[in-house]
Amino acid sequence: MAYRHFEFIEKHVWTLGIATAIMVSLGGLAEITPLYMEANKVQPADGLKPYSPLRLAGRDIYVREGCYLCHSQMIRALRFETQRYGPYSTASESVYDRPFQWGSKRTGPDLARVGGKYSDEWQRVHLLNPRDVVPASNMPAYPWLAKATVNGQDIQERMRVLRTLGHPYSEAEISLAPKEVAGKTELDALIAYLQGLGIDNVPRQAGAAASTAGERKP
Amino acid sequence: MPMKSNETYDDHVVRMFLAASAIWGIVGMLVGMYLAAELVWPFWNFDLPFLTFSRLRPAHTFGVIFAFGGSALIGTCYYTVQRTAHKRLAWGALAMFTFWGWQLICVLSMVSMPLGFTQGKEYAEAEWWIDIMIAIVWVSIGAVFFATLARRRIRHIYVSNWYYGAFIIAVGLLHIVNNLAIPVSMSKSYSIYSGAVDAMVQWWYGHNAVAFFLTAGFLGMMYYFVPRQAQQPLWSYRFSIVNFWALISVYMWAGSHHLIYTALPDWVQSVGMAFSLVLLMPSMGSAANGLLTFNGSWHRLREDPAAKFMVLALVFYAASTFEGSMMAIKTVNSLSHYTEWTIAHVHSGSLGWVAMITIGSLYAMAPRALGRPAMHSRKGMELHFWLHLSGALLYVIAMWIAGVTQGMMWRATNADGGLAYSFIDSLIAIKPLYGLRWFGGVLIWLGMWVMAWNLWYTAADARKRIITPIPVPIPEPIAEQQPPPLPAVA
Repeated sequence: MAYRHFEFIEKHVWTLGIATAIMVSLGGLAEITPLYMEANKVQPADGLKPYSPLRLAGRDIYVREGCYLCHSQMIRALRFETQRYGPYSTASESVYDRPFQWGSKRTGPDLARVGGKYSDEWQRVHLLNPRDVVPASNMPAYPWLAKATVNGQDIQERMRVLRTLGHPYSEAEISLAPKEVAGKTELDALIAYLQGLGIDNVPRQAGAAASTAGERKP
Repeated sequence: MPMKSNETYDDHVVRMFLAASAIWGIVGMLVGMYLAAELVWPFWNFDLPFLTFSRLRPAHTFGVIFAFGGSALIGTCYYTVQRTAHKRLAWGALAMFTFWGWQLICVLSMVSMPLGFTQGKEYAEAEWWIDIMIAIVWVSIGAVFFATLARRRIRHIYVSNWYYGAFIIAVGLLHIVNNLAIPVSMSKSYSIYSGAVDAMVQWWYGHNAVAFFLTAGFLGMMYYFVPRQAQQPLWSYRFSIVNFWALISVYMWAGSHHLIYTALPDWVQSVGMAFSLVLLMPSMGSAANGLLTFNGSWHRLREDPAAKFMVLALVFYAASTFEGSMMAIKTVNSLSHYTEWTIAHVHSGSLGWVAMITIGSLYAMAPRALGRPAMHSRKGMELHFWLHLSGALLYVIAMWIAGVTQGMMWRATNADGGLAYSFIDSLIAIKPLYGLRWFGGVLIWLGMWVMAWNLWYTAADARKRIITPIPVPIPEPIAEQQPPPLPAVA
C-alpha cells in the first residue's frame, strides 16, 4: 500500500478511531467467543450440584476476604503439582464459580483439593490465628469471622440471582436455605466451603482420577 | 509566525490531574508498603478486617494503577492533545467533570474494597455501581479527547494521540465486557461468566489493562514528552506508526498466557504463548524508538533529571516486556507462575517503566503547566531519581530471587522421586527477601514525597493564581503537509 492510504487514517480521526476499535477487538473475539460457545458443552460432572446455601455463603466470604490473592485453586497439569496437591484441576470443577477463583499467585499453597485434608478444628484454629498451628506462617488472622453470623435472607437473594444465571436451585432449596444457615457463623460457612473443595465439586466415584470428567457427549 | 489569538490552552484541569497524581502516588504506594510489611510481620493487620493483606491489596493495585497512573494519564492526555492539535480542550466543563468523577471513583473504590465490597476479579475488584460510574466517566474522557481532536488545527494527528486514543477505546471495551454482572446488593454481584470462561475473560481484561492502560497510554506520554525532553524529533515517525498497529492488534491475543497449564483449552494457551512472542517486536520497537530519539542528545542526561527518568523508563520497558514474553513460554511459565517472579515482573514494569515515565513526564510538564521556567529544585529531582531507581532495583531483584527460589523448591524432588520441600519451607526461604522488598518500597515512597514537595513549590505562582494562560498558536503553519517522498527502491 502506498503511503497515501495510511495518510488518510492519519488525517481522519473517526477512521483512526474505528480502525483502532476493530484491531483491538479481534483477539478477544477469536479467543473468548469459542470458549463462550463451548461453555454450554462443559457440563458439571454427573450428579454435581451447585453450592449448598452454607457453602455458598462460605464461598462468598472467601471472595470477600480476598483469599484468591494468595491462594490458587488450580492444580496445573504438571507432575510436581499433582504430586503436591492431587489430581490436576479440570474445567468442570469450576462451572458454578462466579467469579472463578483459580488465582494467580501462591503466597500460600493451592486450595483446589484442600477439602478433608485437615480437620474442621484445625481449620478453625488456623483461621483465627494461623501461627497457632503453623508457626512460620505469614497468613493474616481472621478472628472477625467467628463473630459474624450468616444472614439467611441474604443467601436466598443470592441463590435467586444465581438461578437466573443458570444454577439449578429449586424453589424448595431456596426456601430451606435460612434453616440450613441458621445460627452459623461466617467461620462455620468458610470452613464448610473449604472442606468441600476438591470433594463436593468433583463426582465422587471419579474423584480420585478426575481428568476428562465433565466433557459430556451430546 | 503565529498570529495573536484569544484562545488559550486549558491547563487548569491538567494542573488538577497533576496534583491528584502526586497525591495518589503517595497514597497508593503507602498501601503497597504496608502490604509488603504485612508479609514479613503478619500481625500488622491488628486483627482489623480493613487492614488485612487480602482486603487491602485491591486498594493498592487500584491506587497505583487507576488513581496514580490514571490521573497522570488523563492529565498528560489533556495536555498533549491540546499541544499537538493546536486547539483548546473541547468541552471544558465536561473535562472538569471527568476530573471530579475520576477522583470520586478512586476514593469510593479504595474505601469500599477494604470494607469487603469486591467482585473478586483481580484489578477489577470495584463493585458494580462503581463500575457504572467508571463507564460514565470513561465515556466522558473519550468525548473530551476525540472532540478536541475533531476540532484540531493540525491536519495530521500526532502519534501520541493514536496511543491515547487506543488507550481510551480499549480500556472502555475491556472494562465493560469484564464487569458484566448481576447485582445482589450494594456490596455483592455475580459475574455473568463462570469458571473457565470467566478465567479467559478476566485475563483478557487483566492482560490488556496492562497493555492499554499501562503500556499504550504511557507510550502516548512517551511519544510526546521524550522528543520534547531530548529536544529533537522522534527517531523514526513511521516506525512509531508501524509499532502502533502491531502493538494494539497483537496484545489482545496474548491474555491467555496467564493461564498456561490450567484447565483452559490447550489451543488457547498456545495461541497466547505464540502471540506473546510476536509481541516482542512492537515492544522492542517502541523502546528502541524512544531510546534512539536521545541519539546525539545523550548529554541531556547529565543536565536534566527528567530525561534521566525517561531513559531509565525505556530501559525498564524493554527489559520487562522482554521478560514478559519469556515468561509466556510454557517451559518458563511452569517455573515462574504463581511465584514472586510474577510480582518482580509486574513491578519492573510498573515501578521501572510506568512510574518512571510518569515522573519524567510530570517533571517535564509541570513547569510549563504551572507557568515557571523550571522545577523548583533540580537537586530534589536528582534525589528522587536515585531514591526511585535504587528502590525499584532492590524491590525487583529481591522478588526475582524469591520467585526463582520458590519455583525451584516447589519442583525439587529427592532421589526417590518424592518432593524435597514442604510449602512452608519455601516461605521460610524467601522471608528475608520480603524484608528487602519492603525496604525498596520505603525508598520509592520517600521519593514520591520529594516529588510532592518539589511540585508544591513549583506551583507557588499557580496557587496564587498569578500565572497567565498560554495562547494557542494560530493559524496552522502549512496548509498541506506532505512527508518527504520515500527513497526509490532499487
